[in-house]
Amino acid sequence: MPSELIHKPAPELAAMLEAGQISAVELVRAFIERTRAVDGRVRAFNSFDEADAVAQAQASDARRAAGQERGPLDGIPVGCKDVIAVAGQPLTASSRMLKNFVSPYDATVTSRLKAAGAIPWGRLNLDEFAMGSSTENSAFHPTANPWDLARVPGGSSGGSAAAIAAGEAPLALGSDTGGSIRQPAGLCGIVGLKPTYGLVSRFGLIAFASSLDQIGPMAQTVEGAAMLLSAIAGYDPRDSTSCRTPVPDYRAELAQRRGPWRLGVPKEYFGAGLDAEVGEAVRKAIEFYQAAGCQIVDVSLPLAAEYAIATYYIIATAEASSNLARYDGIRYGHRSQEAADAVDLYFKSRAEGFGPEVKRRIILGTHVLSSGYYDAYYLRAQKVRTLIRREFLQAFESVDALLAPVSPTAAFRQGEKSSDPLAMYLSDIYTISLNLAGLPGISIPCGFTSAGLPVGLQIVGQPFREADLLAIARAYEANHSWSARHPSL
Amino acid sequence: MSQPSDINIDYVANLARLALNPQEKEVFSRQLGDVLKYIEKLREVDVSQVEPTAHAFPVCNVWADDVPQAGLPVSEALRNAPEQRDDMIVVPVVVE
Repeated sequence: MPSELIHKPAPELAAMLEAGQISAVELVRAFIERTRAVDGRVRAFNSFDEADAVAQAQASDARRAAGQERGPLDGIPVGCKDVIAVAGQPLTASSRMLKNFVSPYDATVTSRLKAAGAIPWGRLNLDEFAMGSSTENSAFHPTANPWDLARVPGGSSGGSAAAIAAGEAPLALGSDTGGSIRQPAGLCGIVGLKPTYGLVSRFGLIAFASSLDQIGPMAQTVEGAAMLLSAIAGYDPRDSTSCRTPVPDYRAELAQRRGPWRLGVPKEYFGAGLDAEVGEAVRKAIEFYQAAGCQIVDVSLPLAAEYAIATYYIIATAEASSNLARYDGIRYGHRSQEAADAVDLYFKSRAEGFGPEVKRRIILGTHVLSSGYYDAYYLRAQKVRTLIRREFLQAFESVDALLAPVSPTAAFRQGEKSSDPLAMYLSDIYTISLNLAGLPGISIPCGFTSAGLPVGLQIVGQPFREADLLAIARAYEANHSWSARHPSL
Repeated sequence: MSQPSDINIDYVANLARLALNPQEKEVFSRQLGDVLKYIEKLREVDVSQVEPTAHAFPVCNVWADDVPQAGLPVSEALRNAPEQRDDMIVVPVVVE
């Protein structure tokens, strides 16, 4: 039975639990068993706490046995990227800096998961402090792509995406600052949604770039992502950037929204650099929407296509250099044993605790904020950000959503880009502008390359219209069976 | 004359309170030089009439009611401290 359970979509598992066909303990044990069997090769997890997961499953079963009120995710394990705080569990950001850190409290998304009855399951690997696109920057170990273990799962939420693809978790949370949910979802053949900035609380998320970071759901199917988004979204007084926007039952809304929609295709996203097989799969998806009665509109996003990456790497590194100043070896985190005095302690603790990509970004961010460069870099980037955002909002005057690739290629080989930071940064070209504009975006599977690697379709939505975004994604998914394929491990 | 893509690695590393070894300085200077050259393309954009964006959806004047709430107990707050004594974090000597 466990092998039948591990690839079932979360909504189906929820229905089986509700009907008493399986117990939460059986379900959790199936995922524990699967993780034990395959994670030595996939390495999606930094750690997992079996006893805690089983205890929570027993509590869920007890609620059901006693006829108590149960949440929509009651008894469902949800993997958590290791930047999201779960009280009493490790919180490492896949960094030596936080190797021994144990979270003293729950992130808001974690307390909401628990209120919905979900079982936070395991600590999922990432690029250190969410800085990277391949999960190779983890200080502990790289994660493999379950479809081809010699390739990367994408990043930075590579552990979350690989865990779902490998059947080690039915749902997971990731975080997305420049594509870190959508790109690994695309490369691993699952569904990943970056919400509108401000829809999901960032309280208890380790900060990378505060004006860009969002937590979002990752799942096998659109419906699963909708369920998980409903559980975590909504205003939180503990995040001052959180918005007071109504949160519908996204899963229930799927059936209410049937289109047809006006869908924009940004021509710049199909130019040089896009792999032929990836482009072909995305174009077929566009043809599907057209055949289904949607109006396909050519749109142009010249500024986003040309300047988003440069803008992003100024703003994101500037914010990161400021956010990561807190890691000083004094109150928590790694403390050097070699320091001569208090100031030397800062220098050496940070040198020993941070890996190369984090150091690179701290240096770049400090440089662009430093005296004499601030106007030329940071202020200018913030102004270009205004123009990029305006460009998207103008496009949305004539369309409901945009269709685009998630990334220029399918999963690349481990080591292929790790010595060339700029090449790695350019792999985020289609995802990064949404974070600058604060827009929601979803990655769904839309095919496979001839080498058997998944290809993702990105759908970009209007601010706070996740219900439409999910419905558009569901319309495609309902007519294709890509998510029924699973890697052989 | 220095190029815009030059980065004074010693100066910036000092600002960032980050000790770098000679090899890191050499590699980061070269790699970040490439990135800065790429970033230079932003100079092509006319931003003379444009306001900066700090947040995509600015939320202004966020107030919290001044209501006392329980915080973390001292033992929890100090749980991750590298060194502690008598409910305090131990640090290197700052004043002789």
